[in-house]
Amino acid sequence: MTIKRSLAAATFGATAALTAAFMPTANAEMKHEGVTVNILTRPGPVIAGRLEQRGEEFKAMTGATIEVATVPFADLFQKLLTDWSTGTNSIDVGVFASGWAVELADSDLLADLSDFVANDPGLMFDDIAPYFREFNQKIDGKTYLITVDGDFHMMYYRTDVLEKNGLEPPDTWDEYLEVAAAVHGQDMNGDGEADYGSCLFKKRNAQSFWLILSVAGAFLQSQGTGQGIFFDTETMEPLVRNEGFKEALRILKETGKYGPPDELNLDVTDTRPIVLSGRCALLLEWGDIGPLSIDLTQSKIDGLVASRILPGSRRVVDRATGKLTDCTPELCPHATDGVNHTPFAAFGGWSGAVNAKADPKVIAAAYDFLSYMNAPEQSNFDVTQGWTGYNPYRVSQFENIQPWVDAGFSQESAENYLGAIGQSLNSPNMASDLRIPGTQQYEGICLDREIARFLAGEITDEQTMDNIYECWEEVTEDFGRERQAALYRASLGITN
Amino acid sequence: MATGGGTIGGRRPGEDPAAAVIAATPRGARLAEWFDRQARTLFVMPAVVMILIFSIFPLIATFMLSLSRVRLRGGGYRIRYVGTQNYEKQIFGSEQWHFLGTFEEVSVLGWIVTAAAAALLAWWLIRYFGGRSGPVSVVGTVGRLITASVLFGLAFMFAATLFSGTRLGTLGVTLFYVVVGCGIQFLIGLGLALLCSQPIRGRTFFRVVFFLPLMVTPIGIGFTFRMMADTGKGPFAPLWQWFGLGDFAWAVNPWTARAFIIVGDSWQWIPFIFVVLLAALENVPRDLVEAGHADGAGSWQIFREIAWPHIVPVAATVMLIRVIEGFKLVDLPNMMTGGGPGIATESMTLHSFFAWRALDPAQSAAISYLLLFVTVVLCVSYFMLVVRKRAAVYG
Repeated sequence: MTIKRSLAAATFGATAALTAAFMPTANAEMKHEGVTVNILTRPGPVIAGRLEQRGEEFKAMTGATIEVATVPFADLFQKLLTDWSTGTNSIDVGVFASGWAVELADSDLLADLSDFVANDPGLMFDDIAPYFREFNQKIDGKTYLITVDGDFHMMYYRTDVLEKNGLEPPDTWDEYLEVAAAVHGQDMNGDGEADYGSCLFKKRNAQSFWLILSVAGAFLQSQGTGQGIFFDTETMEPLVRNEGFKEALRILKETGKYGPPDELNLDVTDTRPIVLSGRCALLLEWGDIGPLSIDLTQSKIDGLVASRILPGSRRVVDRATGKLTDCTPELCPHATDGVNHTPFAAFGGWSGAVNAKADPKVIAAAYDFLSYMNAPEQSNFDVTQGWTGYNPYRVSQFENIQPWVDAGFSQESAENYLGAIGQSLNSPNMASDLRIPGTQQYEGICLDREIARFLAGEITDEQTMDNIYECWEEVTEDFGRERQAALYRASLGITN
Repeated sequence: MATGGGTIGGRRPGEDPAAAVIAATPRGARLAEWFDRQARTLFVMPAVVMILIFSIFPLIATFMLSLSRVRLRGGGYRIRYVGTQNYEKQIFGSEQWHFLGTFEEVSVLGWIVTAAAAALLAWWLIRYFGGRSGPVSVVGTVGRLITASVLFGLAFMFAATLFSGTRLGTLGVTLFYVVVGCGIQFLIGLGLALLCSQPIRGRTFFRVVFFLPLMVTPIGIGFTFRMMADTGKGPFAPLWQWFGLGDFAWAVNPWTARAFIIVGDSWQWIPFIFVVLLAALENVPRDLVEAGHADGAGSWQIFREIAWPHIVPVAATVMLIRVIEGFKLVDLPNMMTGGGPGIATESMTLHSFFAWRALDPAQSAAISYLLLFVTVVLCVSYFMLVVRKRAAVYG
């Protein structure tokens, strides 16, 4: 018993010391003694695993018990929606895709966290990158979500392959195709086999629909996040029947010429091993490739891969005519060297929201826990760990290279990797993913299915655009056009 | 229900006007009597309740769902009655290309197929009304008319899509899986059963090995076959590359993708057919076979004249079970191709699942009911016109 006791005391002492070191905002007394916070999220170790570990630390500091339950991703939204909307309220916090929050907030199911945020200097609110601070966490100007993971697409390229061929990393989508064509068929990993110019995950019923949005964004949005890439903010008319979207379709299809032969059946879990085995010169991906590339158990590209903001375009869609027009300072105020870049927050990232019906004590504890997850002391370490599934969303996360070097990056690969993150996170023209009711239907059904049919050669580009248009209109009508338009505007931070 | 009940004291409670007699009956005995009388109801009740809760109620609820529009909202559900709108959308409306296929101009070949199907079905009906295939009855007539119209509809659907060079919908793909898949599985299953019924060495070993795939979960099979078919980095990649197929992508062409799903499905289900047919073959009377041998019949003749008639009723039944199962194929296309390329490998169950996952349970329910309708019509027709008839002839 005495051994156990002294062990417990030692553990407690160590945790307390850690607490003092990690969380200066924590009160000395047990602030949330006896409170239990029930969290629901997707199965771990990705996302959920770190919540559990940090939950233990949080308990030692504040006395609040953090219970993390998980359900498969596909069931997560239904589970939360039914639990909260039917008044069961067995869940206090959902850690889920930020896109779902608009619908939940519209039904008054989410607690407004704005006051907590305003009185929480430890959160370092201004350190959170503009898109995540102002759009991902907020709905209609109020903070409902606390981000724990920043998700946006970047382009990755093989520094050695491009150097060998005397090529510059592509800055526009046309250049992307040119570079892919130039290096396609070369041996890029020394195994004597021809490798690929571009590797994209184009499998149907998976995550491929985000690719077309990443390409189309550059043509569709040039005036900042508030412009949106999905609908006209007034009429909810889909932005898919124009020259920009058509051009994006052409580019996406043409990348297939320089990809693996079975690219149409590759999900992101299939492309990653191909990329890590050194078979791809260019690719679009989330932030995960950086930490994965330094994992020598599976990677042959440590130090050979760099990231960059998504390629852009010198021509963007004139919303009035639907025609592609050359960039001017008025049309593309955020362009660099005449190229409009639109980084796309595909999926937006995992974020925590609190049940509005939870006990005020639980809400306070839940907020403190999410704030603890989000605060730089914790998150700047967590995002460097590939297994957590957390990607960067704070300015200090790309400005401060040391945590990355500590995590195993070489100085050079850390700099390579962080380059694009900074460019993307600082961009005021980051495109928001769709965050209104029916998102799963707009994207997961209409867009996913029609893009798959287009890539498989079942339908032409015109038919694809018409089909998506009609499918989206049907969903909009179904949910009610006025309400959808209002929520779409709210999701883009347009208040009127 | 009272007829079989106990009659303690020679009287039934309630029948006797003299209540005093009942009052005098000991309490325990009365209870026992009551149980005795209710015994049949009580014994049947759990099964009835189970069927009502898990089978009938969902069936009715699904049907009602299929006639509505359902939205999950804050504050609960919102269900709106929309009549047959969900069905119209699938058959005539914006989802027609998805469910039935893309209809454009019907080709000459398409018209020939349609005409051939119409002629065949007309001949079949005329033959029935002529009384040449047994007595004509009301039920038989209605049943045959339903069968004929559904078959004609399906024939026209294939004529206007497959034979006119446009794309199949999920119904056509499902039927392809059922007809081609189950056909192949039957032939191979029968062949293996014949082999294993021979007195060869190690046949017990083969029986166990052939039976194993049936016990593997379909999701696992989907993953396994997807890996094995991966010509670029799967376990058989060196083999594919050695054959010069390293750049061959089976999942990109609609027909190779469908074929590969059938390969996976067959791997799982051949054992089922195999094991049932093997049992049937073992029951073929030895003396008949030996008599055949003595009379100088060859092995083909023995199979055709002695073994086949004996196993036909079992074969017809096992195929019925397999076909019903085949209509529900969902795991393999979901794991192997996600329904792609395009919608080429999407079965109706997967179609329904996609709709459900998009929080559109009403559309999902409508597709389920359409699947139920097609399955019931085809399977009942098959049962009445093939299984029963064969059983009558040979049994």
